[in-house]
Amino acid sequence: MSAGREPPVLDVRGLAYAYPDGHQALYGVDLQVHRGERVALLGPNGAGKTTLVLHLNGIHTAGAGSVSVSGLPVGKEHLQEVRRRVGIVFQDPDDQLFMGSVRADVAFGPHNLGLRGAALEARVMAALEQVGMAAYADRPPHHLSFGQRRRVAVATVLAMEPEVLVLDEPSSNLDPASRRELADVLRALDVTVLMVTHDLPYALELCPRSVVLHDGQVVADGATYDVLTDDALMRAHRLELPFGFDPRTVGAPPAASRGGHGSGSGVDSVTT
Amino acid sequence: MGAGHGHRLHYHGHSPLHRAPAHLKLLGLLGFMLVVVATPDHWFAAFGAYLLVLLGVVALSQVPPTYLLKRMVVEVPFVVFALVLPFVAYGEQVEVLGLSLSRPGLLAAFGILATATLGVLASLTLAATTEPQALLAGLERLRVPSLLVQIMSFMVRYLDVVTGEMQRMRVARESRGFSARDPRQWPVIARSTGALFIRSYERGERVHLAMLSRGYTGTMPEHGGHR
Repeated sequence: MSAGREPPVLDVRGLAYAYPDGHQALYGVDLQVHRGERVALLGPNGAGKTTLVLHLNGIHTAGAGSVSVSGLPVGKEHLQEVRRRVGIVFQDPDDQLFMGSVRADVAFGPHNLGLRGAALEARVMAALEQVGMAAYADRPPHHLSFGQRRRVAVATVLAMEPEVLVLDEPSSNLDPASRRELADVLRALDVTVLMVTHDLPYALELCPRSVVLHDGQVVADGATYDVLTDDALMRAHRLELPFGFDPRTVGAPPAASRGGHGSGSGVDSVTT
Repeated sequence: MGAGHGHRLHYHGHSPLHRAPAHLKLLGLLGFMLVVVATPDHWFAAFGAYLLVLLGVVALSQVPPTYLLKRMVVEVPFVVFALVLPFVAYGEQVEVLGLSLSRPGLLAAFGILATATLGVLASLTLAATTEPQALLAGLERLRVPSLLVQIMSFMVRYLDVVTGEMQRMRVARESRGFSARDPRQWPVIARSTGALFIRSYERGERVHLAMLSRGYTGTMPEHGGHR
């Protein structure tokens, strides 16, 4: 899992950004994510998490500093390739699923990459199988349950075979079963993950490493367990564990079942 | 497909009309309506014949007539206008049941009623027998500019989302004791409509962002590709 000599999948250096209205959201962010890592990006509302995420695929352009993806600098000239490498799953699946059927929606990204015919179809079905939604390929997305739509949203991005999957609040608005099913899906994926979340137990369950962003700066970067048990740090940055949850008493998170492409034991329970 | 599932106009079925290609149905509707509109108002027999043809098509489609009738309420504004016309139009007056009515007004009213009824019924039949997606694919096959088809497909996709949002806003208003009975309360509705408009606009921006993030460059995959 360690990086070796290859460049980090995500390499953010000294990134600063101010919105056109003058509001500065990021003040020199440094963040490196290496291949195969699962990293949680934590921080209170308004910390600049979403702003940072929108820099990763070039929607925003850095005011100062640089962002590069597997060695490729994010900029106008490589935009298409950067957007293939960085797959963003947005918070509201209704924003992400805009086509008439699940299949067409998952095909949208790879189609933009130039895939056609059987190759496109294979890519679509592979992505849907990874999230356990292959049986719903011909359904209109707005007829699915919220949890199913969230999983399809993940598939729309997986179909582009990204190097890093960026999830914005993946567990928000999910019922506990859907939340757990999504965790199973994410754990079985063989892809680097950056997960923006307020759901700290979810971060502990899925991400060995956590980065805390506050007021546009990285204020902590370490093992999720250490971050969540550092009471002074947590208090200083408006992070709070939900009532009754104590990482010290939870024990180790479920073992990662990765590597076996899509056939992780966790996923099987998803395809009901 | 149960109630509340699928689009409210579509009636699930397997009739020959359901199976017919969408672009042929669209052309059929267009041709039929052009003929109806081009027919002079006083050719009563022709309108009768159109109605018979249309009823034949409805029978063929196996859509229950009550299903279509209920949805024909959209025609009401036209009916009201047509009913008013004989009273307000000028020209030669005739006595009907002791009322003095304008003869050209009556004729125009008949024309409006006949074309509107035929048009609404024919469109409803098309909508009842064709899935929205198939309709879009049909438009694409008819070489309708793809930007227009894209706009329509987004409309189909987000109609439910926006209506849902509108419902939730209404429930939230009413939960706080608001009722729209009194015209003095209408400004509140206007403001909610404005808020809904802005929300939809912002959603449009977020959708565009999501599209860009998946490499959108201005062309959509064809709808016809998946059937």
